[in-house]
Amino acid sequence: MTPEASRWLTAMGNDMTDTPQTLYDKLWDAHLVAPEGKDSPAILYIDLHLVHEVTSPQAFTVLKERGLDVRRPDLTKATLDHSVPTLPANKDGSLPYATEDAATQVAALQDHCADYGIELFGLGDHRRGIVHVIGPELGLTQPGKTIVCGDSHTSTHGAFGALAFGIGTTEVGHVLATQCLFQRKAKTMRVRFTGALQPGVSAKDMALAMIAHVGADGGQGHAMEFAGPAVEALDMEGRMTLCNMSIEAGARVGLVAPDETTFAFLEGRERAPKTKDWADAVSQWKQLHSDDDAHFDQEIEIDASTITPMITYGVSPDAAAAINGQHPALANDNAREAADYMQLQAGQDFDAVRVDRVFIGSCTNARLTDLRAAANILRGRKVADHVAMLVAPGSEAIKAEAEAEGLHSIFIAAGAEWREPGCSMCIAMNGDKGQPGELVVSTSNRNFKGRQGKDVRTMLASPATAAACAVNGYLADPRQFAGQFADSDQTEESSAA
Amino acid sequence: MTPFTKLTSKSVILEQADIDTDQIIPARFLTTTESAGLGDKAFYDWRRGENGALRDNHVLNHVNTATHQILVAGPNFGCGSSREHAPWALLDFGFRVVISSDIADIFTSNALKNGLLPVQVPADIHAQLLDKPGLSITVDLENEQLSADGISCHFTIERFARRCLLDGVDPLGALLAQREAISRFEIAQIRAES
Ligand code: SF4
Repeated sequence: MTPEASRWLTAMGNDMTDTPQTLYDKLWDAHLVAPEGKDSPAILYIDLHLVHEVTSPQAFTVLKERGLDVRRPDLTKATLDHSVPTLPANKDGSLPYATEDAATQVAALQDHCADYGIELFGLGDHRRGIVHVIGPELGLTQPGKTIVCGDSHTSTHGAFGALAFGIGTTEVGHVLATQCLFQRKAKTMRVRFTGALQPGVSAKDMALAMIAHVGADGGQGHAMEFAGPAVEALDMEGRMTLCNMSIEAGARVGLVAPDETTFAFLEGRERAPKTKDWADAVSQWKQLHSDDDAHFDQEIEIDASTITPMITYGVSPDAAAAINGQHPALANDNAREAADYMQLQAGQDFDAVRVDRVFIGSCTNARLTDLRAAANILRGRKVADHVAMLVAPGSEAIKAEAEAEGLHSIFIAAGAEWREPGCSMCIAMNGDKGQPGELVVSTSNRNFKGRQGKDVRTMLASPATAAACAVNGYLADPRQFAGQFADSDQTEESSAA
Repeated sequence: MTPFTKLTSKSVILEQADIDTDQIIPARFLTTTESAGLGDKAFYDWRRGENGALRDNHVLNHVNTATHQILVAGPNFGCGSSREHAPWALLDFGFRVVISSDIADIFTSNALKNGLLPVQVPADIHAQLLDKPGLSITVDLENEQLSADGISCHFTIERFARRCLLDGVDPLGALLAQREAISRFEIAQIRAES
């Protein structure tokens, strides 16, 4: 039995009242070092702490200043993703860092990991990649674990039925020093997706539709569990996309109960339970679900069959609409200001909006299935002359798999750039960015002003939509490229169902 | 951490909704390994134009933070990235309090750990405050009370964070004091494993 599983079993056994529990309740109870009281938050034990170069240096400084050790270096894993270049190394082997500071930051994490005995999936390691991509990929992310990282999209790992959330740098220091965090319990919200997705519609479209529905702060203070047939039908990559974006609705965590799809994804991965423990682990994980009559503070239902490919049009991810429609009316000053920034007008047809750049990447949509979805559209086609397109795979492993399948040749033949793995244009701090005023269709998660470069206008979409926009040169519904969806999404969904 | 007990100061208004942490401090400044000195980078792209010159027409470029230490912002303030650089930058710029109808979870947690007080007020009070730039506001943390020129309301701060702020104590000390309980938890886990 995995330690996490045995702990929540014990916790459930102690629950003499037999009150039906949500998945979140079960995960919470199993990690309580001390329960919460009126004057004190709970102390929550952390099973996996993921660290990257940007939000950790000041935490290590505090540790050094106070002469503290890392309590559980074995539960701490580090990678380099945010500020590393995605361009190939220079002739002398050095990397083309955007700034000297970026290089210093990378060196600092390398030093800290060496000093404290923390495993680093660093430069040159075939396991390096975006922190939220490699956790699941290596099988470090498992059902029942508590997982934190100094990055808000840590919610991604909730796709496995793990309690995963982003923390600030001070808290990174707390976890390094004590493996624990002070936490108040969140409220719970269940989002049920009924029905089935139409061909050409993906988890990214579900996420954008959900955020548009609840609003950018609609999930604030809540743990959001995704359920229903359309969620069960998603592969793990799709579930990760959905949980990844839960933070854009303001939620603290996103969750999907683990099932056969989850177990099949994890089996045989480098850090997943080994053969002799596997059956045990799975039988424990199977109990990680919300009880039938568990109470949620909020319940929402969305009919997945009504969702069409989505695009964001504003400067907050909840400003999302069907790409085959028009820019909605401007309801208030904020909407007017956003439309000004985006240089869009109310009532304007989206398919008349000219695209300058397309980015396929990020912890939201840079997994193998995402790259396949984009490649399916680009196969035998060209990126429009006026469009620059950049593809950054989520990890070294994904890059290798994509190249083994020949996806990179499709991108390159279409005229896109095929880069090294990293966060790249999602956060635009490694030198990959748009130029002022450019309109970028991006598979990442945030369309905030300037997120992809000063004065860049970002529109978020799925990989298939982004690829369709690249080919068209204007915003485009990917379903107009008929026949592209017969082999990819659909077969995978039906085999998962 | 500097203690926070009670502050009377004037307000600065940024009424946009959904001011995310990328606006508060753009990602390109996150390559620092320090937490000090980020005030100059606060709202950088709002405050500065093409060549990096300060925009004369931006309210933040005319703030005297000796007298104006309270930021009143539109709803859903601090959403987005978990970067603690956001409260670091606001504090270093000179703000001690942020008031909104709705402040994002991770931002709230980060702010409290650094002595920046995130105050959530009801929508009607929020609307009144947004209407009055330069208003003198008193924020009393002990009594969780906000008052200003005929406006008065109660706010709540998570009790433990409030205690830490009042005393100027870093919560890390309190966590470290729980070492024994943490060890017991870990031992139970090892037993369960074997
Ligand atoms: S890809 Fe973007 S959202 Fe994901 S970890 Fe990197 S910067 Fe954060």
